[in-house]
Amino acid sequence: MAIVKAKINGIDVEVASGATILEAAKKIGVHIPTLCHLNLEGFGIVNKVASCRACVVEVEGRMALAPSCAEKITEGMVVRTDSLRAITGRRMAIELLLSNHPQDCLVCPKNLECELQALSQEMGVREIKWIGEKMDYPIDKTTASLVKDPNKCIMCRRCETMCNEVQTVGVLSGINRGFDAVVGPAFNLDMEHTACTFCGQCVAVCPTGALTEINDVGKVWRALNDETKHVVVQVAPAIRVAIGELFGMEPGTVTTGQLASSLRRLGFDAIFDTDFAADLTIMEEASELVHRIEHGGKLPMLTSCCPAWVKFFEHQFPDMLDIPSSCKSPQIMMGSMVKTYYAKKMGLDPENVVMVSIMPCLAKKAEAARPELAKDDLNNVDLVLSTREYGAMLHEAGVQFDVLPEGDFDQLLGESTGAAVIFGTTGGVIEAAARTAYEWLTGEELEKVEFSQLRGLEGIRSASVMIKDFELNIGIAHGLGNARKLLEDIRDGKSHFHAIEIMACPGGCIGGGGQPYHHGDIEIIKKRQEAIYAEDRSKVRRKSHENEALKSLYSEFLGEPYGSTAHELLHTRYVAREKI
Amino acid sequence: MKNAKDRLVELNTELLDQEKLSVLEGYIEGLEDKAGSLIHVLHKAQGLFGYLPENLQLHVARKMDLPAAKVNGVVSFYSFFTQEPRGKHTISLCMGTACFVKGADKIFKTLKDQLGVENNKMTEDGLFTLKDIRCVGACGLAPVMLVDDKVYGHVKAEDIQRILQKYRDEEDSNGH
Repeated sequence: MAIVKAKINGIDVEVASGATILEAAKKIGVHIPTLCHLNLEGFGIVNKVASCRACVVEVEGRMALAPSCAEKITEGMVVRTDSLRAITGRRMAIELLLSNHPQDCLVCPKNLECELQALSQEMGVREIKWIGEKMDYPIDKTTASLVKDPNKCIMCRRCETMCNEVQTVGVLSGINRGFDAVVGPAFNLDMEHTACTFCGQCVAVCPTGALTEINDVGKVWRALNDETKHVVVQVAPAIRVAIGELFGMEPGTVTTGQLASSLRRLGFDAIFDTDFAADLTIMEEASELVHRIEHGGKLPMLTSCCPAWVKFFEHQFPDMLDIPSSCKSPQIMMGSMVKTYYAKKMGLDPENVVMVSIMPCLAKKAEAARPELAKDDLNNVDLVLSTREYGAMLHEAGVQFDVLPEGDFDQLLGESTGAAVIFGTTGGVIEAAARTAYEWLTGEELEKVEFSQLRGLEGIRSASVMIKDFELNIGIAHGLGNARKLLEDIRDGKSHFHAIEIMACPGGCIGGGGQPYHHGDIEIIKKRQEAIYAEDRSKVRRKSHENEALKSLYSEFLGEPYGSTAHELLHTRYVAREKI
Repeated sequence: MKNAKDRLVELNTELLDQEKLSVLEGYIEGLEDKAGSLIHVLHKAQGLFGYLPENLQLHVARKMDLPAAKVNGVVSFYSFFTQEPRGKHTISLCMGTACFVKGADKIFKTLKDQLGVENNKMTEDGLFTLKDIRCVGACGLAPVMLVDDKVYGHVKAEDIQRILQKYRDEEDSNGH
């Protein structure tokens, strides 16, 4: 590859031809602020619209300042990022954005997480110089998951890139033009009436408060303070490797024990682990897979743990609703067991049991509200908080998470195996299923439990697992655009897979839309993944069917896996939906 | 945001003129590069239907296998496309600097009053659509008004009724 030489701030730099000024500057330790720019290296996710002008620099011999995120280095180029003109230009770009931006930072849900706010500080903006017309749009709170406030949009188009190119959902687009331009669904529809999957990846990358989650913290506080309610909580696998970030802990710190202690401090009546329900999911899903293989059922079977993925295929592939597993997601299975098995065992009226979930995900909020998942008109899960919301709750209560002693989950629905914790990363559900399916199909003990061929962060992966003389072909996709490719292959009869795992978010739940903001740093997601596998290795039991509490649940209450009680309580159906 | 029920009516593609739709579908089928032809298809659709209502945009999105948001984004970006029905004649009033200084805003108000419509809307009889436009490059004639392609220079508020009447009379003499 050709090498190009240039000078930035008087420092010589050599880069491969095609590199941008921004990339070259980074190489020599020169920081240039960016706002609209997003490059999730490793996931192939790039937003390069150069619309915000926060990264402009001076290029010798040119009249206009150049956006360093998009401008490529050319031979002999002389760049100044630190000249008065460049600094003033960047500040002015921010000042202009602020002239049409609400100034309610103190009460904004993105306060202290907002990239516009951070840049405003970084560039020394001390007054809003220009007063002009301001956008005035209604705030969309029509869904259970998302809040869309176009008044805070800076038109960086990151959400559009995620929604269209990465997820191929196609709900968000730039509508109208000039000052009237707004990012939103077609025909000014509210989000509830679109094909939005609520994956929350738009929220994960929005630099401002234009896209945030519906906040349910107040409802959880009220439930905890209602003496007539028995409040049960569950936490998803991916929370324990991410929530520490909200308390200054290193990304990738495993905080399972602190998590249990923190829940105890807030006063939940029972503290359960979604990992238990993940083991339960494997019992059902592996049974379903074995059943489909042995009885000539529909193959490939697709996992159904991810509610954004479920909503995606309902809208985009309504003709293929018989392919995904009928298993409810672990969150809903837990809710179902709490409202039936647990309530009965404890002599509680399910009416008075409030099931709270803490999830890395915004689609889990909408999933909990799906009417077909309610039993006897009671939602399986009542309230869902994102990792961020739970962190906020702990901050409100003054719980110093990082120095908490380690505690334990309650045993009844709290025990879990290593197979369950890996649900939090791409490839984990199918690896967990393979561990169990292997032993069930062969009747032999699986000695090497780690299937390294299923691991990694490539968007689409495939691998074979030998189960004696049967070659089980497994596909894995994370990111809905990748999922779409596998689905199209199935529709075209080109798929050779027996089982496919799909997660909507890049990286799986560790990169979920409800997780602490990564602010474009992909290393954080990699560290969360490493932590997930470390947690698996630390477990004594690493196969779902070895979970002792789970065995009791089946013998006392459910009967056979994939049996009739299990069908009634742990399986669901899907609905064909409009694509708009 | 309108309520969901109204939205469903507006988005019902079955309410579209089926004859025109089949012409449009024939056009789409005949395209060599379907993926890159959205603007051509929208031109054709506007030619057939006169404008691009939401249900027509949705129909085009489905036929082209594109997100409706993308189609709506393109339609709302280009000023040639209209999402409102357009009258037989388009009255465009220049609101550029020179025309504005010469009192274009007063003329615009007169037009709105006499036509009984707001900007970018069609009159009840379907004869006119009123539009404000940017500088047409005829500042020496300010204020400038166009009816379709015909230019009216140095327009005064009291001229408006006479000009409109001319088009109404034409319409009547055509036997309508």
